[in-house]
Amino acid sequence: MSDFREQILHFSNLGILVLLFFIVSDYHDGNLARIMVLAVYALGYNLLFGYTGLLSLGHALFFAAGMYGLALPIHHLGFEPLSAFVTSLSVAALVSLAVGFLALRTTGVAFMIVTLMFAQAGFLISLYFGKYTRGDEGFVIQQAERTFAGFDFTDPTTRYFAAFALFATAYLLIAWVVRTPFGKSLIAIRENEDRARMLGYDVQFHKLIAVVLSGTISGASGAAYAFLFGYAGATFASVQYSILPLLWVLLGGAGTTIGPLIGTAFAFYLIDISSDVTTAHLLVVGLAIVLLTLFAPQGLAGEIRARLFRWLP
Amino acid sequence: MEFGPHLFLAILEGAITTAVISLTAVGLSIVFGIMRVVNVAHGEFFMLGAVVAWWVATTIGGHPSWGFVAALIVTPLIVGAIASLADRLVLARLNYDPERTIVATIGLLYVFQQVTLMTFGPDARPVEPPFNHRIAIPWFEFNESGLNLIWPWGLATTSYKLAVIAAASIIVTSVWLFLNRSQFGLIMRATQLDSEMATAFGVPVRRVYSIVFGLGAALAALGAVLIVPVQQAHYLMGGDPLLLSFIVVIIGGLGSLPGTILAAVIIGMSDGIISVFFSPTLAKILATLLVALVLIFKPQGLFGKKVK
Repeated sequence: MSDFREQILHFSNLGILVLLFFIVSDYHDGNLARIMVLAVYALGYNLLFGYTGLLSLGHALFFAAGMYGLALPIHHLGFEPLSAFVTSLSVAALVSLAVGFLALRTTGVAFMIVTLMFAQAGFLISLYFGKYTRGDEGFVIQQAERTFAGFDFTDPTTRYFAAFALFATAYLLIAWVVRTPFGKSLIAIRENEDRARMLGYDVQFHKLIAVVLSGTISGASGAAYAFLFGYAGATFASVQYSILPLLWVLLGGAGTTIGPLIGTAFAFYLIDISSDVTTAHLLVVGLAIVLLTLFAPQGLAGEIRARLFRWLP
Repeated sequence: MEFGPHLFLAILEGAITTAVISLTAVGLSIVFGIMRVVNVAHGEFFMLGAVVAWWVATTIGGHPSWGFVAALIVTPLIVGAIASLADRLVLARLNYDPERTIVATIGLLYVFQQVTLMTFGPDARPVEPPFNHRIAIPWFEFNESGLNLIWPWGLATTSYKLAVIAAASIIVTSVWLFLNRSQFGLIMRATQLDSEMATAFGVPVRRVYSIVFGLGAALAALGAVLIVPVQQAHYLMGGDPLLLSFIVVIIGGLGSLPGTILAAVIIGMSDGIISVFFSPTLAKILATLLVALVLIFKPQGLFGKKVK
């Protein structure tokens, strides 16, 4: 019963995203495409933070690994998009496997700092090899390099539905994963790690798989962002891009399926609107983070779940 | 220049980095040691220090040394007060929960940085040093006539830079004395060891936390006042000191003051030397990776004692 109710909810959410394309203006279609790609990043982050209870401050490393994993082969080695995308997923998976293997030896605050430091090293490395990455300035992926199988991914409609396809895949994948026994044991680790260990779960292994899954999904988002919007730069590897998914997930509601999308959309439009008023639009990000930790640590979807619909996935 | 004089210059630059980083790192270390709060906004207190110093110095006007002396006294007080307020308004309400305070201080980081951008603006602004004499440094070399003193071109420093090193050493020593010899230092250490027991003995723990948080921020601000005549005030300047202080505090062992100072010397010097001979970016890459590995394999820090 509840299975069925959740599935109806998931598919109607996705249906709304398809309908929105025909309802809202071209400008908002462009924004929504960006939001859906970034929401994939938030979905990946949520798997680790919301479901496994591991707070990483270094996810920009995985996002950037995916981004450069796609953009560098296309730009310098002339890869076609599909093989570049596969490359980028493998790079993100390998990087998250390495980071997870090392960082998971620590817990709590140490884990946060270790991930932060690895991401900072990654950011600095992307600056150090500025000859290939063009550092902060970044580089553009030309329109000719962004066509595949007869589709031109610079076209707004194609771009919207490519972003939608990626989002829907990641969304349904995570909705499914957290219902499997594996996902349930992740939640058990979040709730009480010692008890999960005592019950015989291999906690380290579960966490490692969660880091790799989360990192690879984040990498897919980075790759899609570079491919669909034609740009890769070191900014996306900076600390700010490690903080943003945390903000989105906190805003939307950690450990809820739809939360990451709500949070990303909310923060995106918050920044979009405040950019018209002031150049210091990151002030909104800062205030939102402080106020959320103080007053609504469960986020929007989390509050809805706590107050209205207890069954919300 | 030859290798010898070049290395000497690198060490001098490293000594200045060490001086400033030891101040900010001691601030970060005290806050972590006593409150168990990882303050990600610490670099912004450094930045606020530089900006407030610029504001005080330009408001006072007159001879640069008046403005500088005023800034040296007023800046730590203002920045410390801002930090104590942030502690009361935000951190205290989170009950100093480790993970939530990290997230909240990330938010504070953006708030301080962006409010500075809105008021102070995006430009880098200089503060004039109170005194600034060029000091040429002699070098020795061997030739047919034995040991000779020479004055290589470019091998020089300024009196102000040397004063920065001296001032930082004095401040760090006084902080150490304050923590270990004064009544309030005793209260702070009691709070650190067992905050519940301290409460039972009538220590106002919440107020101690506010003061400690203010003190930590004031130390970062002092470091900034000292460095702002050499390096201009800018709203994004907090990033590097934050990163370096984190590195120093973690390598030195969280909450261990002598370890922090020793690590500041090592990191400051190697940062100076690697930056001069290789590249500043490479120096930072190596330092960040070192921190990550220290935390993974030797979490008590290279010089810290094992806890429990």
